[in-house]
Amino acid sequence: MAPFVLYLSLALAILMIVGAIVVVVTKDLLVAVIASAVVDLVLAILFYILQAPDVAITQAAIGAGLTTAIFVVVLRKTERFEDD
Amino acid sequence: MIRRLFVLVLLIIIGYFLGTAMASIPFGAEKVDVGPYRSVGNYYVDNTVQETGGVNAVTSIVVLYRGFDTLGEVTVLFLAATGLAAILALTRERRKLKKEKPSLIMRVGTDYLFPAAIVLGSYVFLHGHLTPGGGFPGGVIIASGFLMLFLAQWRYKVDELGLKIIESLAGMTYVTIGLIGLFKLGTFLGNFLGKGTPGALLSAGIIPVIYIVIGIKVGSEMTGLLQNLRETTENE
Amino acid sequence: MSEAIKTFFSPSVLGPEIFYGSSVALFLIGLYMVLVKKNLVKIAIGLTFIESGVNLFLISIGYVWGKTAPILNKTLMMGTPSKEVVDPVPQALVLTAIVIGVAVTAMALSIVIVIHDKYGTLNISKIKELKW
Repeated sequence: MAPFVLYLSLALAILMIVGAIVVVVTKDLLVAVIASAVVDLVLAILFYILQAPDVAITQAAIGAGLTTAIFVVVLRKTERFEDD
Repeated sequence: MIRRLFVLVLLIIIGYFLGTAMASIPFGAEKVDVGPYRSVGNYYVDNTVQETGGVNAVTSIVVLYRGFDTLGEVTVLFLAATGLAAILALTRERRKLKKEKPSLIMRVGTDYLFPAAIVLGSYVFLHGHLTPGGGFPGGVIIASGFLMLFLAQWRYKVDELGLKIIESLAGMTYVTIGLIGLFKLGTFLGNFLGKGTPGALLSAGIIPVIYIVIGIKVGSEMTGLLQNLRETTENE
Repeated sequence: MSEAIKTFFSPSVLGPEIFYGSSVALFLIGLYMVLVKKNLVKIAIGLTFIESGVNLFLISIGYVWGKTAPILNKTLMMGTPSKEVVDPVPQALVLTAIVIGVAVTAMALSIVIVIHDKYGTLNISKIKELKW
């Protein structure tokens, strides 16, 4: 891969790790779910950069789409904020 | 607090050993064939066109070379969906949830997006042997179309018995295709339809057929799963 | 110092740093959430993170510098495709693993819903009957 793609994927990986850290620290579970969707979407782009388009499509459709929807439905049925 | 410290120390140890183990795997290196033994990935890539007629090597592996494995995976998916329905049947919601009308944008947008989602999903699983994608993402895209419908119209419901019948028929078709291959060619899921010209839509024998079946099965399973999850929310 | 920075950003070093590093980081963050967090939904998110980290690691093993995706066109079919495309086996493995992952996550979340129904909380330290 070209050096430009490598730097792009470095930026994407940093974005992914930041998103994961946001999931850890936030108290609002809705924010956590949306941030985990961001992590999954960035992961799909990384799969595409690693020449795995099949996996990228699956990850984008499932990880960023369906899983997020399921989590949001569960939050609606339970509670939105994390208590200590 | 002491627990958090303990966990952090544990994570540092695990991370250190994972890092040193991964450092011994070269990134981006050629997969070499050792002597007479070929790397299985190289074998699949070199022979996929001659042996299966499929252009997409990943699809050929998932459906033909490792077809039995995929049958098991579809079974796992079915078991998980059934288990979810069984577990959720334990709970009947007692609380009243506030009902909100879906916004106008959602309702109007869904009218246009739902057919598009169905067409895109069908395209993705019909062209599984030619382009990236296949039955699993295609089925999930169809299910997300139904998810939009669920969100836009509170009263909309998919007929549960119909879903079950579609899903069971798809699973039975999968096994039947496998058995026909067994009787005609002597191997379960043998490619009895011929290869065709690589790159054409009607090629690669049973790969498109099985991916259509998988797409329908995954789509109906995920739709049923979403409906089950939603249902308890919807009580008056 | 500038030498060290230069080697850090040279492509052959940066590749494994990015992909292996982020997969390990994702795995460890998920493990931390499973071990430390008390909220059941966060534990479920941590499980999906562990799974994503492992998937990324498997895909990066299959990658080879300068090769393309394992979808053959006419020119690739003429020659020896294994010299031109990346390893498809990890991709097939991960494709199925992702789909199983969402089913398992959905089932775990259904258990979370049942627990919330019974105890009225998602905090595992408040669910007294589970303590021993």
